[in-house]
Amino acid sequence: MNELTADNLHLWRGEQHVLQGVEFSVRPGQCLQVMGANGAGKTTLLRALCGLAPLEEGRVSWCGRDISVDPESYHLQLSWLGHDHGLKGDLTAAENLRYAVSVRRRVRPDEIAAALVTVGVPDLAGQRVRQMSAGQRRRVALARMTLMGGALWIMDEPGSNLDLLGQELVSALLRTFLDRGGIAVVATHQALDLPSAQLRPLTLQ
Amino acid sequence: MNWVWFHRFGSPPHFYRLATGMTPWFAWAAALLCIAGVIGGLGLAPADYRQGDGFRIIYVHAPSAWLSMMVYVVMASSAAVGLIWRMSVSHAIAASCAIIGASFTAVALGTGMLWGRPMWGTYWEWDPRLTSELLLLFLYLGYLGLRSAIDDTGRADRASAVLAIVGVVNVPIIHYSVIWWNSLHQAPSVMKFDKPDIPASMLVPLLMMLAGFTALFFALLLIRARGEVLRRERNARWAADALNVAAGKV
Amino acid sequence: MGRAVAALMTRDLRLALRRSGDTLQPLGFFLVVTTLFPLALDPEMSRLREIAPAALWVAALLSSLLALDRLFREDAQDGSLEQLALSGRSFALLLLAKTAVHWLLTGLPLVMMAPLAAMALGAPVASVPGILAALLLGTVALSLIGAIGAGLTMSLSRNGSLLSLLVLPLAVPVLIFGARATALAIAGESMSAPLYLLAALAVLSATLAPWALAAAVRIGLE
Repeated sequence: MNELTADNLHLWRGEQHVLQGVEFSVRPGQCLQVMGANGAGKTTLLRALCGLAPLEEGRVSWCGRDISVDPESYHLQLSWLGHDHGLKGDLTAAENLRYAVSVRRRVRPDEIAAALVTVGVPDLAGQRVRQMSAGQRRRVALARMTLMGGALWIMDEPGSNLDLLGQELVSALLRTFLDRGGIAVVATHQALDLPSAQLRPLTLQ
Repeated sequence: MNWVWFHRFGSPPHFYRLATGMTPWFAWAAALLCIAGVIGGLGLAPADYRQGDGFRIIYVHAPSAWLSMMVYVVMASSAAVGLIWRMSVSHAIAASCAIIGASFTAVALGTGMLWGRPMWGTYWEWDPRLTSELLLLFLYLGYLGLRSAIDDTGRADRASAVLAIVGVVNVPIIHYSVIWWNSLHQAPSVMKFDKPDIPASMLVPLLMMLAGFTALFFALLLIRARGEVLRRERNARWAADALNVAAGKV
Repeated sequence: MGRAVAALMTRDLRLALRRSGDTLQPLGFFLVVTTLFPLALDPEMSRLREIAPAALWVAALLSSLLALDRLFREDAQDGSLEQLALSGRSFALLLLAKTAVHWLLTGLPLVMMAPLAAMALGAPVASVPGILAALLLGTVALSLIGAIGAGLTMSLSRNGSLLSLLVLPLAVPVLIFGARATALAIAGESMSAPLYLLAALAVLSATLAPWALAAAVRIGLE
């Protein structure tokens, strides 16, 4: 069974001891909501869970295996949404999605169109990302999350720049994903509209 | 295979104590060997039949040139160890090597130019060894530049380690390409001392100077690396204790 | 893996086409620099022919350096590089693909314009195939070596001339063999020795650079 486990994570950022022995374990159908003040290390923790930031101590395991042993097969299970949306301004929404997803798997044009409908921007397929608002870009990036597949979503402030409807969209996407047995780790200040059985809060000091 | 020594070496307080203990040995060895080498080289060795007394600068030039290369290899190896086993002490050693290596390279260049004046009649000649030394100096400067451009110590360690490894693969390629280039354009240079018939009275002081400079390098490296480790661990309890001990001694 | 590489290369090529102005700058730079040599020296062909290899290779080196800074910087800033790092595909291979596109866009046009520049500097027509071969191999090696430097400096805001300081000393062997091969081609002699050495450099960098490149870019992403 899939499981994401963190054992005694320690990480320094310059002088600061940001992560001081973080521990948790998330199972299918659960969402770990990471909270904490600015600078508490939310982004750092998420990047460490992805394997982007090196840990000083401790280990992150996926299905009981240290993620640094075989990062590529771990990453195939992972979809990541960071602070930066990872879209190219000179490409259209549909092109962005096609190229980004094709790096991992074969994707059909109708899947892309359907994903853009799901995130509520069906008309933007042919529009260049440069001309979009910040909220529209965020929605396109969310569409990429749904297309990338995998059993683990890690998202850093998915609701930033989104209006109320957008916040609801994030929760709805998460619900669908968790109901299919996905595991999510989300750093956000906003309340997620999820059943309390699925929500696991983690507050960083 | 017993790896305990390796892990102990990687522990900063252990390294600090080890370095503190070993520094005087290297420093004394360097002093004695260099004094003996200077007496032998400048006093006892006969003047060269062709170059007169001018050749005596070899006693500084050759050891510096040798170290300029060796320090780069030491730097790249310890950087690689730091990158692979993620040992901060190893990175601290690599970081301490750079400025020492750059200094030896500069000394080798400077003495090479002084030597060139009586030999070639000019301070600078596009001799393959001097050109290699100059390029090596650029490599050291690039390493130092990259290090100082990155604020976070951990990232600076890892990025400069990659650069040092790329550099050490390239050093021989650069060296031989420069020799190849030179062989097309110029007659063989004066600065060839790999003749086997060099008399013992010249050779022995040279070997002493080589050993002395090498010991000097290790003494300097230990002093710098010790400071570097202490700087990195300045918030740790053992570092405060070590500083108190050092202050109490004074 | 083939699909992943193809998708990434198509993406980068399409992006470059949409901003062709930026893409052609290094080529313009190459031509301007080679034009400066006759102006700084004198327009007598026999003297120009002597400095033609030096002028061509220094110009090629500088213009490939000019384009390098952009190789990873934008992708690092907009987050698409970390998407690639987490795609679950070989990062080294993906970065090699990006470098290949970079060469197609900056190295190859330069190689194609080089005969023109060489003949303007007095090189005979018969030397053109040799010059093309040398520059083809040389620019491949330069792109690969330069990519490592670009990866190491991509996340530094104030890198200034650091990239040049890192890359130029490493590019010296390419410069030496390339200029020598070009000189032999212009003189009408056999250029096989430096050409083989250039080929060896290109092969060596193609095998070793991807590893260093992936390590450098990962550190930049931390």
